[in-house]
Amino acid sequence: MRAGLVTMQATAAAQPGSSRAIVAVSDLAFAWARGGFALDVKAFSLAKGRCVLLLGPSGSGKSTFLGLLCGILTPREGRIEILGQDIARLSASRRDAFRAEHIGVIFQMFNLLPYGNVIDNVVLPLSFAPQRRARVAAAGGAEAEARRLLGRLGLPEDVVGGRTVANLSVGQQQRVAAARALIGAPELIVADEPTSALDRDRQAAFLDLLFEQAGEAGATLIMVSHDETLGPRFDDVLRLDQILSPRGSVAA
Amino acid sequence: MIIHRLALKSLRNRWVTALLTVIAISLSTALLLGVEKVRTGARQSFADTISGTDLLVGARSGAIQLLLYSVFRIGNATNNIGWAAYEDITHHPDVAWTVPLSLGDSHKGFRVLGTSVDYFTRYKFRGTQNLRFAAGKPFDDLFDAVIGADVARALGYKVGDPIVLAHGLGSVSFVEHGDKPFRIAGILEKTGTPVDRTVHVSLAGIDAIHVDWQSGGRVPGQAVTADEVRKMDLKPQAITAAMVGLKSKLATFRVQRAINEYRKEPLSAIIPGAALQELWELLGTAETALGAISAMVVATALLGMVTMILTTLNERRREMAILRSVGAGPRTVLGLLVAEATALTAAGVVLGPCLLYLALALLQPYIDANYGLHIGIAPPTATELAMLAAILVAGILAGLLPAIRAYRLSLADGMTVRT
Repeated sequence: MRAGLVTMQATAAAQPGSSRAIVAVSDLAFAWARGGFALDVKAFSLAKGRCVLLLGPSGSGKSTFLGLLCGILTPREGRIEILGQDIARLSASRRDAFRAEHIGVIFQMFNLLPYGNVIDNVVLPLSFAPQRRARVAAAGGAEAEARRLLGRLGLPEDVVGGRTVANLSVGQQQRVAAARALIGAPELIVADEPTSALDRDRQAAFLDLLFEQAGEAGATLIMVSHDETLGPRFDDVLRLDQILSPRGSVAA
Repeated sequence: MIIHRLALKSLRNRWVTALLTVIAISLSTALLLGVEKVRTGARQSFADTISGTDLLVGARSGAIQLLLYSVFRIGNATNNIGWAAYEDITHHPDVAWTVPLSLGDSHKGFRVLGTSVDYFTRYKFRGTQNLRFAAGKPFDDLFDAVIGADVARALGYKVGDPIVLAHGLGSVSFVEHGDKPFRIAGILEKTGTPVDRTVHVSLAGIDAIHVDWQSGGRVPGQAVTADEVRKMDLKPQAITAAMVGLKSKLATFRVQRAINEYRKEPLSAIIPGAALQELWELLGTAETALGAISAMVVATALLGMVTMILTTLNERRREMAILRSVGAGPRTVLGLLVAEATALTAAGVVLGPCLLYLALALLQPYIDANYGLHIGIAPPTATELAMLAAILVAGILAGLLPAIRAYRLSLADGMTVRT
């Protein structure tokens, strides 16, 4: 994989509006309702099929930015085009439906519903996404597809069949979370420091599997982290401060 | 529905607290319904204290007072009815039967009622139920007594035991009719009416023990022995009240008016059902208080449920964030929590009546035998169903409280839970 930092100019290959851009953000302004933190993004785009790392120190607004990309948060102004659809203009329920259909999310930790088993957790998004459900049905059914993905992600068979996720190691939990993000082949995978709770060997193994499956599904991957050493594994690496507007990221 | 499945699975994950909540709701539901059943049962029992009697007649007084002393043996008559007046009523063309009631003496705190043998067939309760003998038979000797179930149990009497009546109504009386002891001829079955606490003797028996008395005391030097009194022709001069049965109910108001307008003596005739109704109205406040208390218990149980859901909310914010990330809207989160409250309340509302009916099935004979309270095991009435529906609605509304909080939290949390 190609290494190195990519500047704003380097991502210009996928400018907003370009047909190759899977994500195109422009003139974005967001502030938390209770104040304290604001985020302004001049321009950001993501080309289809790439694996991109967004670097930034803790508290710099990485998670907020991902929340905006996923449509969990709503910007005050600006455009967030995903697959050509400006999700900032969608109604709240349409935006939720859009996320369900097109975006797979992996959190840093505690990704799983404690009361479900492994398969329940993997097939969860299908309940909210008819197209992904249809794709999975065509591929042989939800459970079979969940088992296939978990197998490819290296989760042992006896763990997959387990009745509870409570006894899974952190690494196993993250693999289940990855399978949940990938099932039904959404176009965009968003990961919020998914490897920070893993030790270095497991980080590498996890990322390799994640890239492999994302590539197989034709998904674009954006991951945020504060860990620069992960950079060499990604197609592109961006720093958060590179995409923020000049007027600064922290405003009271 | 996926949301219901999720709500149930999440609940199952917290089954201990959920179970306790359901138990609290079902117990309070059972209590509310139980109070309602006891209330209607008590009202029915009360209204059924005396039936089959068309009119009660006594000296002129208010309806409730007459009812209290003649049926409930509470308080005293202001005056007596002369025997002649009683005879006149008995011979009224519309009157089918009369039973005299003579009160004033007691036995160890239980009232003594002088009456005729007809009392045991004419006195009816709970619609058409007659007095039945648990042991012995009606009095036929001058000094025979028939006692109610409570009297027999409290004093441990058997048929054949001798008892001494006391003059007046105190439980400790120094003026006793010790020279003329009575013998227990019969013991009645439990009725749940004041009959249970009454000692019944013949009208002649009442006269016999008072034959040598005048104005509340023994006349010195005029003692009449029990054997001598048997030979006397005893004619009562007065009675306290009378039960009257009519040939036709249509004549009720006509006979009532005739008695009320009786010239020779000031008399009152009352319709027992109407007077019982009037008396029950007086007791209605207690009834309302009882209902209010059980409603509070239900409110407490629902509050407990809200607390339970609210306390788990913080640890479930992660759960909500996951659901949001896979595409669930805040409304789904809201629905999830409302569904949870609904499921808990519904379980309680279904389980509560089951508990109640189980308890009723087990305890009904005991309650009937010991308290004379007959609580029917019938399917829920419209009122009771409305109560259950009201509890369910209240539970759902209460569930909105944590749900709205979760809705707000899930909007504010975004991707990360910042606890």
